[in-house]
Amino acid sequence: MQQQFDASKLGMWLFLATEILLFGVLFVGFGLSQGRWPEEFKQAHHHLDRVLGAFNTVVLLFSSFTMVMAVNSASRSKRKATINYLIVTILCAIAFLVVKYFEYSHKIHEGLLPGQYFTYLASTDPMAKGNSVFFGFYFMMTGLHGFHIFAGVVVLCLLLKETIKGKYNAAYYTPVDLVGLYWHIVDLIWIYLFPLLYLIG
Amino acid sequence: MADILTSPHAGADVHHGKEIDYIEAKKGIWSWMSTVDHKRLGLMYFWAVVANFIVGGIFALLVRITLLTGNHGDNYFINAETYNRFFTLHGIVMVFLVIIPSVPAALGNFVLPLMLGAKDVAFPRMNLASFWIYIVGWTMAITAICLGMVDTGWTFYTPYSSTTNGPVSLMALAAFTLGFSSIFTGINFIATVHKLRAPGMGWFDMPLFVWSIYSTSLIQVLATPVVGITLVLLTIERAWGIGVFDASKGGDPVLFQHFFWFYSHPAVYIMILPGMAIISEIIPTFSAKTMFGYKAVAYSSVAIALIGFLVWGHHMFPSGQSQLASLVFSFLTFLVAIPSGIKVFNWLATMWRGNIAMDTPMVWAVSFLLLFTIGGLTGIFLGSLSTDIHLHDTYFVVAHFHYVMMGGTITAFLGGVHYWWPKMFGRMYNEGPAKIAAYLYFIGFNVLFLSQFVMGSNGMPRRYYNYLPEFQPWHIASTVGSWIIAAGLFLALGNLLASLRKPKDAPDNPWKGTTLEWQTQSPPIEHNFHDQPVLHRAPYDYRTPVSVDREIH
Repeated sequence: MQQQFDASKLGMWLFLATEILLFGVLFVGFGLSQGRWPEEFKQAHHHLDRVLGAFNTVVLLFSSFTMVMAVNSASRSKRKATINYLIVTILCAIAFLVVKYFEYSHKIHEGLLPGQYFTYLASTDPMAKGNSVFFGFYFMMTGLHGFHIFAGVVVLCLLLKETIKGKYNAAYYTPVDLVGLYWHIVDLIWIYLFPLLYLIG
Repeated sequence: MADILTSPHAGADVHHGKEIDYIEAKKGIWSWMSTVDHKRLGLMYFWAVVANFIVGGIFALLVRITLLTGNHGDNYFINAETYNRFFTLHGIVMVFLVIIPSVPAALGNFVLPLMLGAKDVAFPRMNLASFWIYIVGWTMAITAICLGMVDTGWTFYTPYSSTTNGPVSLMALAAFTLGFSSIFTGINFIATVHKLRAPGMGWFDMPLFVWSIYSTSLIQVLATPVVGITLVLLTIERAWGIGVFDASKGGDPVLFQHFFWFYSHPAVYIMILPGMAIISEIIPTFSAKTMFGYKAVAYSSVAIALIGFLVWGHHMFPSGQSQLASLVFSFLTFLVAIPSGIKVFNWLATMWRGNIAMDTPMVWAVSFLLLFTIGGLTGIFLGSLSTDIHLHDTYFVVAHFHYVMMGGTITAFLGGVHYWWPKMFGRMYNEGPAKIAAYLYFIGFNVLFLSQFVMGSNGMPRRYYNYLPEFQPWHIASTVGSWIIAAGLFLALGNLLASLRKPKDAPDNPWKGTTLEWQTQSPPIEHNFHDQPVLHRAPYDYRTPVSVDREIH
């Protein structure tokens, strides 16, 4: 049993390494493009709403805390507490996605979608290209992150269902632990995304 | 061969009679489709790889037939666009559907847990998922082929790939999906090696096959996500034109090349390390001698995996990266030659004064040594900044990577198939035709690709449909070589298939191997071993007499 637990945990860490690399590519691409269009990136990031970004950061940090508490409760066979903490975590994740939805629709409304949809600046404007590239990375990075949050919600719901059924206890709570690890990495990525996108310049 | 380990039933399972094996343990199609047995999954991968190899091979033959003449009229039966598709599909099928899964997923799945003395891999259900993801990716690739094919080359370079017609997005997503399968297999193997080694088996008691597959898995896990997200970016670029790779929208097409090669150069080692893994098993066994420099070979696998991440820029010397970057990449590329050289010299030293038996697997292994050495040395020409400017995108490159990928990995794969065939299927094949096939392959291979080295150094560019008349004799030689190889491969395949018609006659340990997979019956029982094997001695130990060997249980 312990061997299975160790193996699963190792497998999860390896999977998380692939997640870091997945985002790593976009971070590197962002950095290189910022080197190429420094002024434009500075200008573009003013369109992002720092208050909403900061709010989402706090929400995710709090959800990480409730996730830790869920794992902790599961490891001590406290089914009720586990259920409550999981529900709070799921609600936080949904709140994050709702805020993200309002941010996105505002940007789309302003014509800030990248590439061929970029209408905020005239295509003759010398700053237009760099601004468009910024939003190319913005939507790719936050979109991929948002997808991970969404996947997290699905997995957390499944976990909740199994917890309600009483499947986990101090002797066996591997899935709770693994989902916890996943959830922390998704939070951690946002901790890097927020300053990079919202606070630069 | 030395007179040790002669008993086919050496080992713990000597006390048991033949028992029902993993192939016959359960019946029916569904028992295969839903199996979590690593041996059955290995077998299913194996047949998928063989089928794909035939498809990729047919595309290769068509490419070679097209190039019999360099001055095609308008009415030539293969036009230029079709030709572009043929070489693209040859590349994609061979890289993503054949070579990458060939050794790790097919043979690795079968052998790795046996070598570690484990009942299965660490995550058997994930192993099954990985197989079905491979099938999904395969289906997507085949659909893309049927929908009108792809003409970008296997490298999907932008801006061509983001503007050309055809189901490029589907093909890119197919490669993305296949990448997932490869990541899951990698994670599974790493966890297996860490957690499921037999009692008494320390890291330096593992067979070298395991070391190499472990290194391969590390690269699979760390590099594949990069190409995954890159291909997703390409697909989004094609669908919505977000402009990350489009210079007219402020993006950077060379960025694609960086991302692509950051994966695809390590992927070259994903392809060659498993080849080296097999050779490290065959050579000590058929030399009946302890592996020379075991630790050096083990470490060199890991070294190749790590250095492999630092050399991607050598694919881009003419792509407009800075001189300094090119210089550094060129230097780092030379570093790869060191661990590769260590391996080759250690294999040779293992053979030296060994009791060499030239059975079929050994014929393939020696072919590997010759072909891989040529491939490796010509790689140094290409890693050198100045010579690469001349040789870049010529047939010299084509010949080089075929010497490594086909002469290296496919040769080793075929050697491995002949080596483990008795274990996998419980039957001995006919040695005569098997050896003739190996020799035909070796001759055909050199006729095919040595001539391409000559053409390439004389300036014949790769991927061209037409060419100058002076190259025609070399092209004809090359095409004839492809027919010789095809003959060799069909003979090998036919010979192996013919053996399946016989009753199961293979002894447990036909080659007198010392690693654990030979200590169970052929084919193995469903749970591999009757009792948990405990390791009492290092691998490739041909000095310890048989009485000690019997203590393995």
